[in-house]
Amino acid sequence: MIGVSDIHVTFGAGTPLETKALDGVDLEIPTGQFVTVIGSNGAGKSTLLNVVTGDIRPDQGRVVVGGTDVTRWSAPRRARMVARVFQDPMAGTCEALSIEENLALAAARGHGRGLAPALGADRRERFRETVARLGLGLESRLGDRMGLLSGGQRQAVSLLMATLSGMKVLLLDEHTAALDPRTGTFVLDLTRQIVAELGLTVLMVTHSMRHALDCGDRTIMMHEGRIVFDVAGAERDGLDVPDLLQLFTRVRGEQLADDSLLLG
Amino acid sequence: MSLVAFLGAVEIGLVFGVIALGVFLAFRILNFPDLTVDGSFPLGAAVVATLIVAGVNPWVATAVAILAGAAAGLVTAFLNVRFGILHLLASILTMIALFSVNIRIMGRPNTALINEETILTPFLDWTGALGMPAFVAKPIFVGIVVLVVLALLARFLTSEYGLAMRATGANPRMARAQGIDTDRQVYVGMAMSNGFNALGGALFAQTNGFADVTSGLGTIVVGLAAVILGETILRSRVMAVIVIACVLGSILYRIAIALALNADFLGLKASDLQLATAVLVALALILPNARNPLKALGRGRAGSRSGGKAAGKAAQ
Repeated sequence: MIGVSDIHVTFGAGTPLETKALDGVDLEIPTGQFVTVIGSNGAGKSTLLNVVTGDIRPDQGRVVVGGTDVTRWSAPRRARMVARVFQDPMAGTCEALSIEENLALAAARGHGRGLAPALGADRRERFRETVARLGLGLESRLGDRMGLLSGGQRQAVSLLMATLSGMKVLLLDEHTAALDPRTGTFVLDLTRQIVAELGLTVLMVTHSMRHALDCGDRTIMMHEGRIVFDVAGAERDGLDVPDLLQLFTRVRGEQLADDSLLLG
Repeated sequence: MSLVAFLGAVEIGLVFGVIALGVFLAFRILNFPDLTVDGSFPLGAAVVATLIVAGVNPWVATAVAILAGAAAGLVTAFLNVRFGILHLLASILTMIALFSVNIRIMGRPNTALINEETILTPFLDWTGALGMPAFVAKPIFVGIVVLVVLALLARFLTSEYGLAMRATGANPRMARAQGIDTDRQVYVGMAMSNGFNALGGALFAQTNGFADVTSGLGTIVVGLAAVILGETILRSRVMAVIVIACVLGSILYRIAIALALNADFLGLKASDLQLATAVLVALALILPNARNPLKALGRGRAGSRSGGKAAGKAAQ
């Protein structure tokens, strides 16, 4: 469903601050798989996600979504196939617009946007039913400005928006990181529910090893722009956070050893 | 102030109400500070005057003027979107270029339209036959045109396309993630905005009987004054009310200016108009901040009424 091959991304090329954000990443995610991505800051997790959405153009490499080569597609064009939820609750929804207007924007994704009224009676009814499942009482507040909602509520609505127009691919960029632990758990549970219900293909970036192991069915670890560890199935089920941590330090240690060899 | 002077102020307020809608579209909807209007307003006047003098049907001339304004907006959008020139600077470049273009169009700095057939002529003939003086009929005619434009704009902004345009201005990153081509939205929005501005210019030329290349000076400030004034007196989330507020702001602004110029004790001359406008807009921008404590109170009430806090807790 999602395939990236030999992706290279360099920031600030030709300047003293040149950094290789992605250094030859290959990843194949079959339809319906839920992949979690972990790694330290600057490992390239978010860059990888942005390469899939089209917000970052790779220097080299190919991006395939749903069997189509989308490497040269713009981000808005890819948004017809790929939905995403941002880390920042303010980024995924439009606070100046009402809840129902935000939902209407999401519902029109992938279809042409014409001059028909954005909000009709049956659309409102559908939105009311959709937000009612959140159990947050938002169904009676559809006309309220998005800005009046809490961060957790906004992330929950962002999640619903991602599913409104029949998207099959969902990208989550540390979407619970800006929330307090309890709200984060609520949003994560909702995520799992929606993913299972709709059979979505998911790539979730997180920096919580707990979440990385508890969610989904495959975990990859990134370090310095490369995938250094990829685990699924029974092997993954046997892993716990300490094991992952140990692996994490070992990978970094090896990297250091390599470097010292090279430099020595 | 005499009735003639009052209705004159209403008429010019209505004409600039169309420009207020253009400014609102650029500044408030697209979040694009656009100064092109100082050039696209006289552009509309120049195009309509030149075509009417050349014998073209005034309605066709007005339509061409709107298209010319839209083209000017596209140039500004192109400079900004394609080449990344800062929006303010991009619009100043277009505005300055239009000064020369407008003189080229007219062949001279101004054109008289007195005794020419305009879009108002049939209406004025008809109302004149009924015994209605022109100073009453003119604002009525302009009012009808403004109403049509208002209705179309309000309808557009609540459509799916219009909603996408609002999202483009309010949160471009979210808009792109929702599959909205924000670049194209900027092109369309800027073309519409300057189409409105040129329509304002075309109406101005036909109601006042002339087009002058210098008449664009300060149009942007007048438009902004109208938008800010409208927002201050009519706060709403309903799109129709928001656009009506722009036109209302424009009319009130003109009445206020007429009153100030008519008040002998102030000793103001017509040439003080620009200074008075600048002072008014500066005050309008300063005062809302000075009123902060009140605003905070208002916000607190709105929050508790809709249960924002309580529901927020429930989410956690």
